[in-house]
Amino acid sequence: MQAREQWMERILSDLMVDIQNLTFSRGERLIYDGMSMQVKRGQVTAIMGPSGIGKTTLLKLIGGQLKPERGDILYQGRSIPKMSRAELYQTRKSMSMLFQSGALFSEMTVFDNVAFPIREHTKLPETLIRTMVLMKLEAVGLRGARDLMPSELSGGMARRAALARAIALDPQLIMYDEPFAGQDPISMGIVVKLIRELNNALGLTSIVVSHDVPEVMSIADYVYVVAEKHVIGEGTPEQLRQHASPLVQQFLKGEADGAVPFHFKAAPYADELMELL
Amino acid sequence: MFVNRLQRLGADTIQTVAGLGRATLMLIGAVFGKPDVRKGFPLLIKQLYVVGVLSLLIIVVSGLFIGMVLGLQGYTVLVKFGAEGMLGPLVALSLLRELGPVVTALLFAGRAGSALTAEIGLMKATEQISSMEMMAVDPLRRIIAPRFWAGVISMPLLAVVFTAVGILGGHLVGVDWLGVDAGSYWSAMQANVDLYQDVFNGIIKSIVFAFVVMAIALHKGFDAVPTSEGIAKATTETVVTASLAVLAFDFVLTALMFGG
Repeated sequence: MQAREQWMERILSDLMVDIQNLTFSRGERLIYDGMSMQVKRGQVTAIMGPSGIGKTTLLKLIGGQLKPERGDILYQGRSIPKMSRAELYQTRKSMSMLFQSGALFSEMTVFDNVAFPIREHTKLPETLIRTMVLMKLEAVGLRGARDLMPSELSGGMARRAALARAIALDPQLIMYDEPFAGQDPISMGIVVKLIRELNNALGLTSIVVSHDVPEVMSIADYVYVVAEKHVIGEGTPEQLRQHASPLVQQFLKGEADGAVPFHFKAAPYADELMELL
Repeated sequence: MFVNRLQRLGADTIQTVAGLGRATLMLIGAVFGKPDVRKGFPLLIKQLYVVGVLSLLIIVVSGLFIGMVLGLQGYTVLVKFGAEGMLGPLVALSLLRELGPVVTALLFAGRAGSALTAEIGLMKATEQISSMEMMAVDPLRRIIAPRFWAGVISMPLLAVVFTAVGILGGHLVGVDWLGVDAGSYWSAMQANVDLYQDVFNGIIKSIVFAFVVMAIALHKGFDAVPTSEGIAKATTETVVTASLAVLAFDFVLTALMFGG
């Protein structure tokens, strides 16, 4: 009885993802050292940080493609790293991830790409699948491009098509990996609008991993700034702008030198120049 | 110095064993996974076309030339002993027992194996495999299994085609060009070729080679470092490793089947 109550509590809690004391390293390199963060249901949570700090790695950890060394990742109250393979696959049906490159299947048309998860996981008749796919494509403005192959799409269109595929099965959680990187201003504007609107219209929970400060600050409900293996600052965009940490301020304002030094770690300049003399 | 070398040896050994382990796990996942006929069958048909039918031309052309060379070389030797009537069995037995399965496997590794490695490596580099996993679709079952089975089904068939065309090539040179009696070409062949000892053993060889080549090609692709150099390296390794493995297995199988 008590177990059941605990279970109900977890289901009803408003935490979608709860990362507790996460430690993870790749080879010799420590990427996260006891990091914690929470993602609330129904919100757009952004994770920002300089390149190369393993933001994509974090999404793969949440998706269960990588396992943490220590710490836990709870998804709707259930531990992702402790799940069996079958449970993990079952859980993944309720989450979805938009990869930086879009990762559309290159041998299928846009239509078949969007239809892929529906065909794999349901036994719906083809007429109904057609309707669903057209609805998803309409939502990202690509209904007219349904017969194109991924190689015929521009970068921005590929990402929108991938977004249509990501929402094909109406997931509860959607993770965006650098959705703004390498986009022209117009398609960037479209993606910003889509992330916010989809989150509100479909009642999704979104995690956006990015280093594009203005775009993130404009759509996120809550922001984590990650650097040096930890969360160095968190809060609503408004709170972050007032944040005391010089590192956070340097990141938000994009200053070249500051708490994060401009120079990669090296021996003193004068010493190295004099070495050969 | 010595310790360093020992360390490197140890690291290489661990890497090799770990690689073999990953390959075996992948193979088990692909081969013994519960098949889904409704979704799997169309995928298999498509791969049979890509892997099998598209390899047909190179197999037929190579088979023809190998048969013709066998006919020519065999004739020049046999005619010295006045035994050109034995040209039929010579061509047929060489092809059935050795050249058919082996050359088919080598050509297959070069034509289809390298293509599969590159395809899967590129899928990995463009995150298609990762995104499939995130969509809760097992890439082993969706991508690896149909390709594996397509290879295992088509390679023995290709070897049979290769052998048949080769025998016709031998006929073309030996009978039509050099004037060996057509009746003795066929009848000596019929008298000297044994269904179990020669035909079936050849097919068994071919099935074993198919497992080896496909396992290597798919594993190299799935395990490739997802960069352009990584894929280039994986593709080369597929051809080299698969060819060597085929030749090594050929010796072992020949020793088991025909030795003693």
